[in-house]
Amino acid sequence: MADILTSPHAGADVHHGKEIDYIEAKKGIWSWMSTVDHKRLGLMYFWAVVANFIVGGIFALLVRITLLTGNHGDNYFINAETYNRFFTLHGIVMVFLVIIPSVPAALGNFVLPLMLGAKDVAFPRMNLASFWIYIVGWTMAITAICLGMVDTGWTFYTPYSSTTNGPVSLMALAAFTLGFSSIFTGINFIATVHKLRAPGMGWFDMPLFVWSIYSTSLIQVLATPVVGITLVLLTIERAWGIGVFDASKGGDPVLFQHFFWFYSHPAVYIMILPGMAIISEIIPTFSAKTMFGYKAVAYSSVAIALIGFLVWGHHMFPSGQSQLASLVFSFLTFLVAIPSGIKVFNWLATMWRGNIAMDTPMVWAVSFLLLFTIGGLTGIFLGSLSTDIHLHDTYFVVAHFHYVMMGGTITAFLGGVHYWWPKMFGRMYNEGPAKIAAYLYFIGFNVLFLSQFVMGSNGMPRRYYNYLPEFQPWHIASTVGSWIIAAGLFLALGNLLASLRKPKDAPDNPWKGTTLEWQTQSPPIEHNFHDQPVLHRAPYDYRTPVSVDREIH
Amino acid sequence: MLPEQGSQHARHVDTLFMALFWLNVFFFVLVAGLAIYCVYAFKRREGVKTPHITHNLALELIWSVIPTMLVIGVFFWGAAGFLDYSVAPGNSLEIAVTAKKWNWTFTMPDGSVYGKNIQIPVNTNVKFVMTSMDVLHDFYVPAMRVKHDVLPNRYTEVWFNAEKEGTYHLACAEYCGKSHSDMFGSIKAVQPAEYEKWLVDGPPEWATMKPEELGKIAYEAYGCNTCHSVDGTKNTGPTWKGLYGKTEKFSDGTTTVVDEAYIKESINIPGKKVVSGYENQMPAFEGQIKPKLFEGLIAYIKSLK
Repeated sequence: MADILTSPHAGADVHHGKEIDYIEAKKGIWSWMSTVDHKRLGLMYFWAVVANFIVGGIFALLVRITLLTGNHGDNYFINAETYNRFFTLHGIVMVFLVIIPSVPAALGNFVLPLMLGAKDVAFPRMNLASFWIYIVGWTMAITAICLGMVDTGWTFYTPYSSTTNGPVSLMALAAFTLGFSSIFTGINFIATVHKLRAPGMGWFDMPLFVWSIYSTSLIQVLATPVVGITLVLLTIERAWGIGVFDASKGGDPVLFQHFFWFYSHPAVYIMILPGMAIISEIIPTFSAKTMFGYKAVAYSSVAIALIGFLVWGHHMFPSGQSQLASLVFSFLTFLVAIPSGIKVFNWLATMWRGNIAMDTPMVWAVSFLLLFTIGGLTGIFLGSLSTDIHLHDTYFVVAHFHYVMMGGTITAFLGGVHYWWPKMFGRMYNEGPAKIAAYLYFIGFNVLFLSQFVMGSNGMPRRYYNYLPEFQPWHIASTVGSWIIAAGLFLALGNLLASLRKPKDAPDNPWKGTTLEWQTQSPPIEHNFHDQPVLHRAPYDYRTPVSVDREIH
Repeated sequence: MLPEQGSQHARHVDTLFMALFWLNVFFFVLVAGLAIYCVYAFKRREGVKTPHITHNLALELIWSVIPTMLVIGVFFWGAAGFLDYSVAPGNSLEIAVTAKKWNWTFTMPDGSVYGKNIQIPVNTNVKFVMTSMDVLHDFYVPAMRVKHDVLPNRYTEVWFNAEKEGTYHLACAEYCGKSHSDMFGSIKAVQPAEYEKWLVDGPPEWATMKPEELGKIAYEAYGCNTCHSVDGTKNTGPTWKGLYGKTEKFSDGTTTVVDEAYIKESINIPGKKVVSGYENQMPAFEGQIKPKLFEGLIAYIKSLK
């Protein structure tokens, strides 16, 4: 930590009217690979997530293209085994390599210390280690893909996964390794929030982004070890034939599901809480109004994190778990829905009588509100026992979790990227194409996934290569939706990349935000702030006007 | 929006489904309406100062308590339907189901075994006692709104009571590999007298059919088609095209000319001679195929030149 604490005024040279920022502060590839600067690490995570998102997205497009027809015959250019690999890799890449690190590791790393007025996270070297563990896990996953891919589905259900061919063990160990990256980041953020808040910043003066990321970190630290050990057990079973989950070896396949969902359900909240974190920043800023029910939103984050540990069995209603267990899990599932609902109402109340600017981040935030609401409401069908039995493992479930994971988290992530882009890179992007991209995404998303709700309630099972002819029109609509969404995403990415060719023109506080990251230069200097910032204004306090320039120096 | 309703249970599930659908519509219109209204009504104008409203206890209680009451109500409604269907009535007709990649096999109460397509009596409680020979499968009859995983080394049950005559689609709903989506079957509900007749001599149309036509039915019904092609394509098992009269080479090095005796043996005890280049994946069918269909299968293979 010593090297980042020395020479606090090292960046005092004036450059383009700005001081030397964290990107220019050091030169050369090694300065990036060995950096302990949370902003640089956030940026590297960001590009890794973008690259993986493109890979996962290509798999999704291939899945959708395969499903244009439901009767493939024997000589279709994508055969059943290849199709099974495509949807498996789409799931694994999107969950483990994109969504889980997207907000916490990429944006969280960049923004969280700035929001707290800190120079860095509590353990900068551990942060660097976390990044390299991510790269190791990523390399293992990509090797598994190149070695012939896996066809287990992202859930690795036994005994299929204990018996199928392909580099399943390597893929499972990749997920195990990625888990450590996630745990390191979680520990780091928890320590940072506890110890490095700026003077005067009590727990209830923290931005809501911090509350949400803090709750996420708690789950990461407590739940990830369970999936780690589960995947190791799976690998041991495959390698040495020790029966843990495979019934033919005396194991119990349902045990795997309990272990897997004990992590992977909380992981759903690892994925959605950071999305909510971003929305809780964007909505007050673009409404220029204080957050309605700050404490309710903060406590909701923690409540979601805690109750989220007790609902894993709702993935297993038809699995053979006891009826009593199903009843308890169903009841708790309904309870965990309440804090999410409260957040939605709080965001709406914040917009009410606000002064709303529909700049690009706010377009994404409103898209999030609509898509996440559909995702949350359709969850009621699945939490309720008798309707879940019909809808379980159908496209209804596929549509539901895409509305939450993509409509929720990815939409919020894209909103967050557009919100903090000027801070990260010091440039404003072109608003016109950015908004068109957001609208294309919103339209494409609904075409893609609303049709899947219809198929699911009509009884179309998921992970099907061939299907009954009556579903074909809906599948075609869904595939066309995937093309619209892809067009929107490529436009958004192209537009953002185009802005990097411009000079650094972004003001320090372009959206008139009230949190501390806007109280430093865009992009920030290497040490974030010249002196220890002192809280000047509570978050989301718009009683006095906010300027586009820094208010504290 | 929902598939045909085959049972009283299906109607109950659908009533809850539609109630939830309208609950969804109501809350979505509320949220989306408010969000879009805010965007237009409170569009940004420079110099406007927004009110500093930090919270409102009454409002927050309303939007916490009302949804909580609603979802607890939904919980009890869904739980009631679930418990009703969880345990089969004592007088149920019992059919044993064996799932194996990628086929369903049914053992009827009289001991006869059918693949893929079966008949059941209408207006009768029918219970399926299920187990898997390999990985997880899931027995899903959309028209009955019933679904349950089928596990190895464990027995699970589903039951329903078909109210109307008709053919109901059976699908595998738990991913099980390559031909997961082709692992379907059909359950035809017929009048009890017709069911009894079917148990004895198969459906009436069989009486007038040629042996190779019956063989084609058996080819699909027993799931032969998931592994054996009839057009020469190489699949999990050898193709049947041009099989009869051909000299097969086995993994132990021996050879045989394919004749009726060899085909019979290979269906009854597939592991005895395994064609070189293939794995022994096939279940043994000894004693499970009605003689008429068995003869049909041989005739069908002979006809595929």
